[in-house]
Amino acid sequence: MADLDTFRTETRAWLNANCPPTQCTPSEEFEDTCWGGTKWRFTNPEQKTWLDVMAERGWTAPEWPAEYGGGGLDREQAKILYQEMARIGARTPLFSMGLSMIGPALLKYGTEAQKQQHIPNIVAGKIWWCQGYSEPNFGSDLAGLQTRAEDKGDHYIINGQKVWTSYANMADWMFCLVRTDPDAAKHAGISLVLFDMSQPGVTVKPIPLISGKSPFCETFLDDVRADKDQLVGQVNKGWELATYLLTHERAMIGNMGQSTAIVKSLNEHAVEQVGLENGILADSALRADITSWLMDDMAFQLTAERLGDETKAGTGTGAASSMLKYAGTENNKRRHELMLGIHGTQALAWEGEAFKDGQMASVWLRTKGNTIEGGTSEIQLNIISKRILGLGEK
Amino acid sequence: MALVLNEEQQMLKESAKGFLQENAPVEALRSLRDERDATGYSKDLWQQMAEMGWAGILVDEAHGGLEFGHVGMGQVMEENGRTLTASPLLSTAVLGASAISIGGNEAQKSALLPAIVEGKLVTALAVDGGSRHKPTRTGVTAEKSGDGYSLSGEKQFVIDGHVADKIIASARTSGNEGDTDGITLFIIDVDTQGLEIERVIMADSINSAIICFSGVAVTAENILGEADKGLAVLQQVLDIGNAHLSAELLGLSQEVLERTVTYMKERRQYGALIGSYQGLQHRAAHLFSEIELAKSVVLKVLQALDEDDGESRDSNVALLASLAKAKASEVATLATNEGVQLHGGIGMTDELDIGFFMKRARVAEQLLGDQRFHMNRFAAINGY
Ligand SMILES: Cc1cc2nc3c(=O)[nH]c(=O)nc-3n(C[C@H](O)[C@H](O)[C@H](O)COP(=O)(O)OP(=O)(O)OC[C@H]3O[C@@H](n4cnc5c(N)ncnc54)[C@H](O)[C@@H]3O)c2cc1C
Repeated sequence: MADLDTFRTETRAWLNANCPPTQCTPSEEFEDTCWGGTKWRFTNPEQKTWLDVMAERGWTAPEWPAEYGGGGLDREQAKILYQEMARIGARTPLFSMGLSMIGPALLKYGTEAQKQQHIPNIVAGKIWWCQGYSEPNFGSDLAGLQTRAEDKGDHYIINGQKVWTSYANMADWMFCLVRTDPDAAKHAGISLVLFDMSQPGVTVKPIPLISGKSPFCETFLDDVRADKDQLVGQVNKGWELATYLLTHERAMIGNMGQSTAIVKSLNEHAVEQVGLENGILADSALRADITSWLMDDMAFQLTAERLGDETKAGTGTGAASSMLKYAGTENNKRRHELMLGIHGTQALAWEGEAFKDGQMASVWLRTKGNTIEGGTSEIQLNIISKRILGLGEK
Repeated sequence: MALVLNEEQQMLKESAKGFLQENAPVEALRSLRDERDATGYSKDLWQQMAEMGWAGILVDEAHGGLEFGHVGMGQVMEENGRTLTASPLLSTAVLGASAISIGGNEAQKSALLPAIVEGKLVTALAVDGGSRHKPTRTGVTAEKSGDGYSLSGEKQFVIDGHVADKIIASARTSGNEGDTDGITLFIIDVDTQGLEIERVIMADSINSAIICFSGVAVTAENILGEADKGLAVLQQVLDIGNAHLSAELLGLSQEVLERTVTYMKERRQYGALIGSYQGLQHRAAHLFSEIELAKSVVLKVLQALDEDDGESRDSNVALLASLAKAKASEVATLATNEGVQLHGGIGMTDELDIGFFMKRARVAEQLLGDQRFHMNRFAAINGY
């Protein structure tokens, strides 16, 4: 306990000394949170400083082993770090699929060489990773995927098409699910490979979305090369990794919108817009809806904490991430519906300086994808039914 | 602090589960109901529970208790929610022990707490003057008379009121109903003149009573805590009570989900187990998810109560208690409604236990404030 107190004091002092002023204000735009990579344009020099000083301590990945550049903190220390960051409203210095998805998979399944090549770059935010899973005909039913990887001795040649690839246009590398054995059963012929997106066979085409902004792409793969030492885990055993990764993705998506930086809470928005009468929000129906949401949000945050602690204590259940994904994303959609209710017609303005070019409407629409990406809500309920409740047998 | 049980707490939970499932399953409550038992609980069983130390989990060691804390007691309450065991656990070991520990002077503590721990003294907390929970509406006025008071009025919905040895009642000593100041807590023997106690059989078949005060004469020695300042103590006791009711509702909800899922794996229609239909699977899975949320808020408030030293008490415990009670109530309503629906016609029969869970859930939800009461309180604490 005394050690943790010292850790807290030191962490607080260090954060106070090192978090630049612009990096401890609420994140409002997408660009306010750094995703790293070679194509990232820092919004200001302080965003880069913040990334660099945090990465140097490994605090972009606080619980990863220090030998690969991670912070080497235990869970209680990491909690303190997050609490202290939240206390001053510090932004997450780096957010990426490298940190939330491929990094953990490499730490668990990767070779020593793969870890040394990729993990330090993820921690430092040098490489932007994208996820090549979904295909036009295989979404929920992902294991049917058809993108082919042919064995050419020391490398694979990949042909096929991926879709909904988030930020493929910005990414440096892709972690990609491919079929390495077309004759094996559905789940048995899949592998996970890593490749450089800058090679000629990779073509990326953005797809316009209802939210107006489009970081989502169709990705065409024509004779793309992946070296054999970039296959993660064992050949044809990629499905296990794919589901391990999905577990991490679900935990991340479930937590979306909950960066450590303070976001103004719904009740504060409501008090500003609607006002109080005798200390009570002037719209009593809205007050009840907001309260119900705030309670579910607190319950969700505590559940994420509890399930994390249970995993650390070795008493967790594997399907917990499905529950978090389901509850977290459904909550996030509700939050943004309430934001529309609070802000009224101005929330739906689409163009114009005053409305930050439809920022609120665009974010609201984007949340609709939360219950689709990373496995839909219905699929999460299927997983809970089958794996946890043991339902399904006819 | 990690949001998980430690080893000792886990052990207590398991031993409580074993004991309650074996000695006091739902059938025990059913027989008490069917036999119209005058006491409404088994005194033998309560004695055994006391011998295991449960009556003293919240009492400090100096007064003979285990001093095992709220997380520990919450585990017993949760297991109790699975078996619906009727006993003075809530009225006495949670509410009475807390009220005396927090509000009592040394003489009161040393006279009463050891007797509670031994299972020899049953207390009942009389809070509400009306049928909707509102701690500032006491329903009982205490007029100064000589160097004491004379109490008149009525209390509703007093758990274990008709089997208690002592009543802990809030009464208005000054100001008007609704004021936060001017409330005093009194601890009164049930055989005091002018006290009339009438048992009320509630839907859940668990004990409750209406208590009439007609000029009940008490002295300053009967005051628990400070005159006119009783609400502060009462509020802490209510937060504790709500935390433990939430734990009970959590156990109840889990039990209903488990029984329902078991039925979904047995019952066939259209040539298949009903559990193979996705329309039903998703309802069960959604309920599972809601129960997970309730689990976390319940454990959190119990931990917060254990960390609360009473002095530097901030609004956090109050906020967490209201969060827990509101969420656990919402989830218990969902669980019991779905539980009956997914059982079909048999779910409506008295023969199946599921109805007992539904009835207990609604009573426990209303007790000390329902979901809406606690949503309003949560909003008020947050300043909107
Ligand atoms: C914003 C966004 C970002 C994304 N980013 C990426 C990315 O970076 N990389 C990537 O690979 N993919 C990405 N995806 C793709 C995402 O994983 C898929 O869209 C998702 O898995 C659903 O597949 P689908 O779109 O083919 O829908 P379908 O599988 O066709 O589903 C259609 C509907 O049917 C329901 N359904 C399907 N099967 C069942 C069933 N068995 N039981 C009950 N209901 C069922 C679904 O729940 C849904 O409501 C992204 C998607 C979105 C929306």
